Amino acid sequence: MNSPAYISLKDVVFSRSGRRIFDGVSLDIPRGKITAIMGPSGTGKTTLLRLIGGQLKPDSGSVVVDGHEVPKLKRKALYSLREKMGMLFQSGALFTDLSVFENVAFPLRVHTKLPEDMIRDIVLMKLEAVGLRGARHLMPSELSGGMTRRVALARSIALDPELIMYDEPFAGQDPIAMGVLVKLIRDLNSSMGLTSVLVSHDVPESLSICHYACIISDGKVIGEGTPDELRAHPSGQVQQFLQGQPDGPVPFHYPAEGAAQDFGLSGGAS
Amino acid sequence: MIERIAAFGRLGLDIVSSFGRSGRFLAGVLGGVPRPATGFPLLLKQLYAVGVLSLAIIVVSGLFIGMVLGLQGYTILSDYGSEAAIGQMIALTLVRELGPVVTALLFAGRAGSALTAEIGLMKATEQLSSMEMMGVDPLRRVIAPRLWAGFIAMPVLAVIFSVVGIWGGMLVGVDWLGVFEGSFWGNMQSSVDFVDDVLNGVIKSIVFGFVCAWIAVYQGYDCVPTSAGISSATTKTVVYSSLAVLGLDFVLTAVMFGDF
Amino acid sequence: MAQRTTEIIVGLFMIAGCAALLFLALQVSGLSPKSAESTYTIYANFNDTGGLTPRGRVSMAGVTVGTIESISLNKETFQARVEMSIHSDVDNIPSDSSAVIRTSGLLGEQYIDISIGAEMDSLKEGDTFYSTQSAMNLERLISNFASGR
Repeated sequence: MNSPAYISLKDVVFSRSGRRIFDGVSLDIPRGKITAIMGPSGTGKTTLLRLIGGQLKPDSGSVVVDGHEVPKLKRKALYSLREKMGMLFQSGALFTDLSVFENVAFPLRVHTKLPEDMIRDIVLMKLEAVGLRGARHLMPSELSGGMTRRVALARSIALDPELIMYDEPFAGQDPIAMGVLVKLIRDLNSSMGLTSVLVSHDVPESLSICHYACIISDGKVIGEGTPDELRAHPSGQVQQFLQGQPDGPVPFHYPAEGAAQDFGLSGGAS
Repeated sequence: MIERIAAFGRLGLDIVSSFGRSGRFLAGVLGGVPRPATGFPLLLKQLYAVGVLSLAIIVVSGLFIGMVLGLQGYTILSDYGSEAAIGQMIALTLVRELGPVVTALLFAGRAGSALTAEIGLMKATEQLSSMEMMGVDPLRRVIAPRLWAGFIAMPVLAVIFSVVGIWGGMLVGVDWLGVFEGSFWGNMQSSVDFVDDVLNGVIKSIVFGFVCAWIAVYQGYDCVPTSAGISSATTKTVVYSSLAVLGLDFVLTAVMFGDF
Repeated sequence: MAQRTTEIIVGLFMIAGCAALLFLALQVSGLSPKSAESTYTIYANFNDTGGLTPRGRVSMAGVTVGTIESISLNKETFQARVEMSIHSDVDNIPSDSSAVIRTSGLLGEQYIDISIGAEMDSLKEGDTFYSTQSAMNLERLISNFASGR
C-alpha cells in the first residue's frame, strides 16, 4: 500500500476522434511530492489528468491510483475515490450561482453531515489559507482571475484530499498572482503532505517548485527526472522546450508541401 | 456518388447514436433515487426558474389567444346565428389543443433555451467536470432537478394558460360583443367533459413537458463546449422541441379523440 | 434569493395551478361536486337517432335531468335503442311521456327532450318510453316535400 508511487500509469494508449493522443505513456508519480507534467500545448496534458480522475477511460494500459485500477472501478467506488482527489481547473470552474463561501462549502455539504457551524469554521479556515477570508460574500463574477483560482483551490482542498491536480494553474496570470499561486502550491504540499500533480507549460515556475518533472510530446514521455536532471538532459527536443527556442527538432513550420511549389514558382505554370 | 451514399449512411448512424446517447443519458438521470433532503431545495429552485419565471409570458399570451378566439369565433358563428356556442368553442380549443401546445412551444422558447444555455455554459466553464471530480454526479445534481421541474411545471402552466384564455374569451365575447353570459357558460359546461377533455389536455401537457425538458437538458449536456456550440445547441432545443411537440400532438390527438 | 422566498413563490405557483384545474373542472366542464349522484336507467326506441351521441343531455322543459349512456341497434326491430340515466330526484316522469330528439340551435348538439304526458304512473328503472319522435332529418323533409307526400 505504501509504495513510493501514488499514481502509476503503464503503457497508456488513448485516442480521441481518430487522433492518437497518448501512445504508450508510462509514468510514476511519487507520493507526497510535487510532480510537474510539462509539454507543448495540445499534447493532452489535461487529458492525462482526466484519465487519472477516471473521467476518461484509456484504450489500453493501466492507470493505478493509490492501489486502485481506475478504469475498472465501479461507479460508486470511483466516486468515493474522487473524494480523495482535488482538482483545480484551468478556468477555476466555480459554480456561478453560489457565493464564494457556498462554493467552498459545497463538497462539505455533499459529502459530510457536519453541523452548520463546523462547516463555517472549516470553510473560513480554507479561505484563510488562500488569503481570501474577507471575500467570502462575493459572487464568482466579482472575482479577478487570480482570486477565482485561489477560491477554487480552497474548494478543492476542502475535504483534505490526498491528491491534488492542478490544470495549468499559471496560465494567464499576472506576475503577482503567479507568485501567490506558486507559494500556495508549495505551502500546501509541505504543510499537508499532499501528492501534487501540476500540469503546465510555464517552465520556470514549474521547475522552481516541483520535485520531479516529466515532459510529454507527441503522445510519449520524452524526458523525466528532477529539475536539475532535466536541465542537463541530452535530448534536443527537451532542451528546445525548456529554453523556448522557436525552431529545432520541433519545426517552426507546420508540415506543408514545398514553399516554392505552393507559391507557384517552380517550373513556370505558364 | 458512392461518397454521397456513405455520407447519408453516416448521417443515419449519427442520428441513431444520438438517440442512443440521449436514452442512456435519461437512464442516468432518472436512475438514482434522489435524497429528499438535498433534492427538494434543488427542485424548488428549478421550479422557480422554469415555472414561475415563465408565468408572465404564459398569462399574457393566454389572454391574447383567448381574446382572438373570442373575436374570430364570434364573427364566424354569428353568420349562423349561434353566437352562444362561442363559449364551447373557446373552451374546447383551449383545453384540448391550444393550451397544451402553445404552452409547450412558449416553454421551449422561454425555459428550454435557457436550460440548454445554462447547462452548456456550466459544461464550457468546466463546472460539470469539477463537480464530477468532487465525487458528485452532475446528472443527478444538476440535470435531474431541471428535468423534473420541467415535467412538473408544464401541466401547471398549461392549465393556467387555458383558464386565462377562457377568461380572455369571455372578456371579448360577453363583456364586449354582448353574448349572454348564461349561455356562454351553459354551452361550455354541456359540451366540455372533465375526463375526456380537461384531463386528456393535462396528459398531453405532461407528455410535452417531459419531452421539452428532456430535449433541453440533453442538448445542453451534449453540446460542444464553446460559444458556437452553445448557441447551436440552444437553437436545436427550440427547433427539436417544437417539432416534437407538434408531431406528438397529432399522435396523442389521434389516440385520445380519434375514435368517433 | 432567500430559500424561504423561493419556497413561498413556488408554493403560490403550484396553488395557482391547482386553482386553475379546479376552475376547469367546476366552471368549464360543469363537473358538480356531488359527482356520485344516483341515477336510474330508462330506455327509448327511435327509428332514427340522427346525430345523437352518448354523453348528450336529456332535458325536460329545457332543464337537464340526465345524460345519454349508450346508443345501440335492436336487431329484431331495426330500431335504435337509447339508454339514458335520469337523476333520481326526478322520479315522477309520467309513463305516457314521449322522448323527442331535438337540436339546440341550427348547428348545436342534438339532445333528447322529454315532453310530459298526463298519466299518474311514472317511469321506473328499466322502463321504456311508449312513444318517441325521431330526429328531424332536414334532407328527408325536403325530399318528402318535393315528392308531394
